[in-house]
Amino acid sequence: MSKFKKKKSGDLPAISTASLPDIVFMLLFFFMVATVMRDSTLMVDNTLPAADQVQKLDKKDRVMYIYAGKPSLRYQEKFGTQAKIQLNDKFATVQDVGAFILAERASKRQELQNVLTTALKVDGETNMGLISDIKQELRKVNALKINYTTRAGDYKQNLN
Amino acid sequence: MAKRSAPEVNAGSMADIAFLLLIFFLVTTTIETDSGLNRKLPPMEDVVDPPIIKERNIFTVVVNKNNDLLVEEEPMKLEKLREAAIAFLDNGGGKGEEACDYCQGEKDTSSSDNPIKAVISLKNDRETDYKVYISVQNELVAAYNELRNREFIRLNPNLRLNYVQADKIYSDPRTSRTQKDNLEPKLSEVKALFPQKLSEAEPSKTN
Repeated sequence: MSKFKKKKSGDLPAISTASLPDIVFMLLFFFMVATVMRDSTLMVDNTLPAADQVQKLDKKDRVMYIYAGKPSLRYQEKFGTQAKIQLNDKFATVQDVGAFILAERASKRQELQNVLTTALKVDGETNMGLISDIKQELRKVNALKINYTTRAGDYKQNLN
Repeated sequence: MAKRSAPEVNAGSMADIAFLLLIFFLVTTTIETDSGLNRKLPPMEDVVDPPIIKERNIFTVVVNKNNDLLVEEEPMKLEKLREAAIAFLDNGGGKGEEACDYCQGEKDTSSSDNPIKAVISLKNDRETDYKVYISVQNELVAAYNELRNREFIRLNPNLRLNYVQADKIYSDPRTSRTQKDNLEPKLSEVKALFPQKLSEAEPSKTN
């Protein structure tokens, strides 16, 4: 008889957490694979304008980024409030764009060198003069494929 | 001497370490990809004789430094630009060799002959805001896309796709080779009907 009584008196067995590390590792590997590290810290204001007729910019290894806009607050004392170009982690002038593109192109694999796109991440408040100058420089080094990076949204958001 | 078994390593803290790493990658992850308006710049070589284009085949859009639009010599609100561009491109006023049999426009003789001939000329001031420029570009691309969608659906009614969707599938790197080969002629056919001829003048320094 005592055989049967024993079962009743047991506490709830503890839930085994032995597989918890496995689950966490699985998630960890997923995020490690999916992660793209931000490669350069932004030193300029970068509120992109909105547009809805956009195309995706896939394959990050084929893209060169040029940032432009007003220097961020903590750089304004040193660099003023005029819109500036940022290449990698430094402020640059329009004349540096050509050299930057050539250097970027040389650092890519041979078969990608002809299919590179230049993504212009420009703040909405920037004057077109600066962008025209950049485009002129890009034409000089024959980097003709460009992408005006925008955020998704209706163009009317740009107008206020 | 009895063989002593090695003491078991306590793996209880492994979960903690893994969590720490997990949270780090969670915080630094940005999964979303960038998107934007793709454009192609003209090559640097100077054209010796610019081709002669009839005045009625050019649709001029000027943006001044106060971000106002001047379309075909008349001020216009940005909301109307798409409509006006579609009306211009789809006009099809040409006769004989220049006739356009798929256009559904008004066939106005003072507007474009044929979408293949029609050129949109965009000129902006150096002080124009970038966001206004992007809005104008967006509207002009939208005009082309709308017309291309219409033609794509007309030519491929059983595909249940419009041009923009088909193009998205085509440019997706995950799409299979066969599907791409299937879509490519259809896309280029529609592209040939409404070629994107967007010419940008060098910006003016003053007004």
